[in-house]
Amino acid sequence: MERYSGFSLFKHAFSHHENWQKAWHSPAPKPSYDVVIVGGGGHGLATAYYLAKQHGITRVAVLEKGYLGGGNTGRNTTIVRSNYLWDEAARLYDHSLSLWQGLSQELNYNVMFSQRGVLNVGHNLQDMRDIERRVNANRLNGIDAEVLDTKAVKELVPIINDSPNIRYPVHGASWQASGGVARHDAVAWGYARAANSLGVDLIQQCEVTGIRRQAGAVVGVETNLGFIAAAKVACVVAGSSGVMAAHADIRLPLESYPLQALVSEPIKPVLDTVVMSNAVHAYVSQSDKGDLVIGAGIDTYNGYGQRGSFQIIEHTVSAICELFPVFSRVRMNRSWGGVVDISPDACPIISKTMIKGLYFNCGWGTGGFKATPGSGHVFAHTIAKDQAHPIAAPFNLDRFNTGHLIDEHGAAAVAH
Amino acid sequence: MLQIYCPYCQELREETEFSYSGEAHIARPLEPQQLTDAQWADYLFFRTNPRGIHHEMWYHASGCRRYFNATRNTQTYEIYETYPLGQQPALTCDIGGKR
Ligand SMILES: Cc1cc2nc3c(=O)[nH]c(=O)nc-3n(C[C@H](O)[C@H](O)[C@H](O)COP(=O)(O)OP(=O)(O)OC[C@H]3O[C@@H](n4cnc5c(N)ncnc54)[C@H](O)[C@@H]3O)c2cc1C
Ligand SMILES: [Zn+2]
Repeated sequence: MERYSGFSLFKHAFSHHENWQKAWHSPAPKPSYDVVIVGGGGHGLATAYYLAKQHGITRVAVLEKGYLGGGNTGRNTTIVRSNYLWDEAARLYDHSLSLWQGLSQELNYNVMFSQRGVLNVGHNLQDMRDIERRVNANRLNGIDAEVLDTKAVKELVPIINDSPNIRYPVHGASWQASGGVARHDAVAWGYARAANSLGVDLIQQCEVTGIRRQAGAVVGVETNLGFIAAAKVACVVAGSSGVMAAHADIRLPLESYPLQALVSEPIKPVLDTVVMSNAVHAYVSQSDKGDLVIGAGIDTYNGYGQRGSFQIIEHTVSAICELFPVFSRVRMNRSWGGVVDISPDACPIISKTMIKGLYFNCGWGTGGFKATPGSGHVFAHTIAKDQAHPIAAPFNLDRFNTGHLIDEHGAAAVAH
Repeated sequence: MLQIYCPYCQELREETEFSYSGEAHIARPLEPQQLTDAQWADYLFFRTNPRGIHHEMWYHASGCRRYFNATRNTQTYEIYETYPLGQQPALTCDIGGKR
């Protein structure tokens, strides 16, 4: 695999950039693999990469029913942070954040990780108490976090409406300076290219339609390209996890909902950080291209339509306009939806199952993009050793039976 | 936006008049203390989550303020029927897994 560098850019200029090698190969599937990963989103591709890189397991295929990164990975608002309330979650997301920091070098692919800071705004006394509690918990876990008052927020974001007379006034915020955004497609493509160069087969347009088992153990998957044998099958299919579980006759504590985002026309730089408000379901940052990237809430009812209800974005946009009156006349270019898998405690499931050789990594809901590197890293370990990575262990499926839930819902700035 | 027929009001109304209350026909265990942890977890947390036909509860919040059930396709969003609580659906199918 040709390395990307300043030099290669210079060299290819002489041939008008027409001879760049393809970033990955698209082979026909082999009859059998050691590990089949179902789902070619960021998490599946990262899992494949770390299986090959850290565990030397290279007879691996990633099966993707559409195109790589075409699921939630390519549909999200790319917010990265690790300021979660509970120790288990803080450890998981912070592990991920530390991997983000060296990711472009590790993959030799610019994922445009930009640590521009993330604000979680509070609008009332209870919000501020929750923020203080969370920031204190974060600091005990070694996560950089601060409580800011209205004035400090206004200094960071001069265009924010700090009037005390609006419906949801800004009382303050939590601030994680090491948070930020990354380029979502590049994360999928970077992991895909790096995994492929280590020998992983990436097979697109390949839909898994069944999970074949014998005597309580996985033996392979049925697909539209025929049967593919594998001793281990790892499902990383986000919103389709319930459908995949039904293929294996197991149940998951998940429900799938459409979540929407929208982008505006590009405008001059006005916002150099990420502003999130859980109370009003509005999240906004400005991309390097200049468009405002806005995240909305989930639909109120479950569904698999990769769109969403109009009143949801209407609600978000009215909140954005109140917080940022200067945006009120910006035109929106596009809106879209992704299907997210919501778990009861708003935490993921990274787990073995009662079927030998069958693993699930799901339940990331509205906030798994930030975890892509860490999720892949700990899931690869879990698959390779058939034993949960210590960071992944609390996120087992059995926690719903034991009652050891990791309740990030409401307690933390949980969405995204 | 969905258009939902309230079986009590007997009118087709807009989705924003209603609120959603999750999967229908999940009976509260009569003797909770007899359940195993796994059975209790299944009652509390595990859902069918099918891609296809789904029976679900709705509440006519800005109307008659009563609960009813609907049979809806979670992929096409078509609503096949709505029916009062306590009744069984006319349309059933187990596309998305078993109960
Ligand atoms: C609008 C929106 C905004 C979001 N904003 C944020 C944010 O700001 N920050 C954040 O951290 N997270 C955010 N998220 C959540 C984040 O996008 C997801 O948690 C994360 O991308 C999930 O990655 P994944 O690789 O698990 O899933 P996906 O990227 O969805 O990958 C799953 C893949 O599985 C494939 N698949 C499904 N079924 C099959 C099958 N039968 N056979 C083969 N392949 C199959 C799909 O085609 C898909 O490509 C957002 C999500 C949405 C929708
Ligand atoms: Zn009614």
